[in-house]
Amino acid sequence: MKKDSRRSFGVSRRGFLKALVVAGAGALVPSVGLAGAGADAVPSGEELVTLLDLSKCIGCGACVEACREANAPKFPEPEKPFPAMSPASRAKPEDWSGRRDVDDRLTPYNWLSIQTAQVRYQGVDHVINIPRRCMHCVNPPCANMCPFGAANKQANGLTRINDSLCLGGAKCRTVCPWHIPQRQSGVGLYLDLMPRFAGNGVMYKCDRCYQRIDQGELPACIVECPEGVQTIGPRREMIARARTLADEMNGFIYGLTENGGTNTLYVSPVPFDLLDAAVEQGKGRPHLKPVADVMADETNLATATLLAPVAGIAAGFLGLGARLLGRDKPGLRDEESHEEKRESDKGESDAS
Amino acid sequence: MRARAYPVWISRLFIFSVTMLAVTGMLQMPLATRYYLTEVPGLAWTGDFFIVHRLHYLFAALLLFIVGLAVTNWLLEWRDRLALTPFGAARAAILGGLIVSGGLRVYRNLPGVTLDPAFIVTIEWVHLVLAMALGAAALAALIRKSSAYAGPR
Repeated sequence: MKKDSRRSFGVSRRGFLKALVVAGAGALVPSVGLAGAGADAVPSGEELVTLLDLSKCIGCGACVEACREANAPKFPEPEKPFPAMSPASRAKPEDWSGRRDVDDRLTPYNWLSIQTAQVRYQGVDHVINIPRRCMHCVNPPCANMCPFGAANKQANGLTRINDSLCLGGAKCRTVCPWHIPQRQSGVGLYLDLMPRFAGNGVMYKCDRCYQRIDQGELPACIVECPEGVQTIGPRREMIARARTLADEMNGFIYGLTENGGTNTLYVSPVPFDLLDAAVEQGKGRPHLKPVADVMADETNLATATLLAPVAGIAAGFLGLGARLLGRDKPGLRDEESHEEKRESDKGESDAS
Repeated sequence: MRARAYPVWISRLFIFSVTMLAVTGMLQMPLATRYYLTEVPGLAWTGDFFIVHRLHYLFAALLLFIVGLAVTNWLLEWRDRLALTPFGAARAAILGGLIVSGGLRVYRNLPGVTLDPAFIVTIEWVHLVLAMALGAAALAALIRKSSAYAGPR
């Protein structure tokens, strides 16, 4: 039964997408690509979400292999020896180029890894395998807070790091709630700038196979999965599907509200706090904890930056600035007391 | 030209906000931990990217309040009595660019807003270059003893 549905899904996937194009019934990026448009030009403006049904994942690793194969041309080829960096005690190179085969955690050469959780829930033992990679946040802090614009979210909902711009400061890894991006030293723009004093390589992570999506194809991990664990589609559709799936299995969703919402939704028959407690965690091995929207304060402060000039204008009309402090005649300050003048001159000397 | 023709507290508030924006702006780059700034007593917060980011927003709001106030006063009254100095005009123009590019950064960070990546890179680098230009212009104005933006006509 399971095998049949799997085969059916695999065979019909492309046909299904093409049918969508013909019918104009969806805004899947693959369909857009097939229609000859770029991935950035999603007509509906709706982002794409991947839905992972964890009840199906057998942890075979086909997605991991497919990811490595599809993205191998993007993997770093660092120059060695690495340039000396200062201060040496703080700026340490990170080198995965000799450990490219590592696949039990995220690395610059492994953008997808599988965590396994053995848990007992409601008297039943479960083995849940969880493919982990970038969650592709709806409002990604890695992109918003990159000081050089090297990380960006596309209109189709995926977040990419531009390897020709990234300096490898790893700020994206720090601000990412799951610390997903991984650094490789000895590669990238920093080598051409001040390698001793700034930068430390390039950050790498899942880019949802943007090159395949641009060609109207599905990400490699989706295509090669023998169990049909993942599906991809417009956000609203996939959220509805995730909820239906969760209802059907009396399960749970992760990614719907995490960090304000992500474009990756996991559906599991087991609560995610149990999975979080059971999976191995550490560097390159992300957690499954609830995550508050880390950009929420910035969103609120944006209102403050909008109101502040309005308040300034209002204060100006109300006379603040000249009259409030009794200095009602700007330009006539040569009539003011010598003491005030001295104060004024002192203030000027501090001006920037 | 040396006598400041507008309330000194506006100047001081402006200097404070711009200085803090420069500091928190620089700290958007991952420098504080690498260069031991976080080890200085009282400066551990400089290594917290979110705190530094939010402070940048707050000081930007303060600067925008001052700019709104100054521009309104200028249009209502000061322009009759004051004239921008050459260094003042240059810095006002740079400041305008910083406000526009910074505003676009704030807009970009809102949920639901996705701009073209090439445009974002442009915004980022324009903001960074203008910040350095403002610093250079301020230093030049200070050396030339013409740090006031405006003087009596």
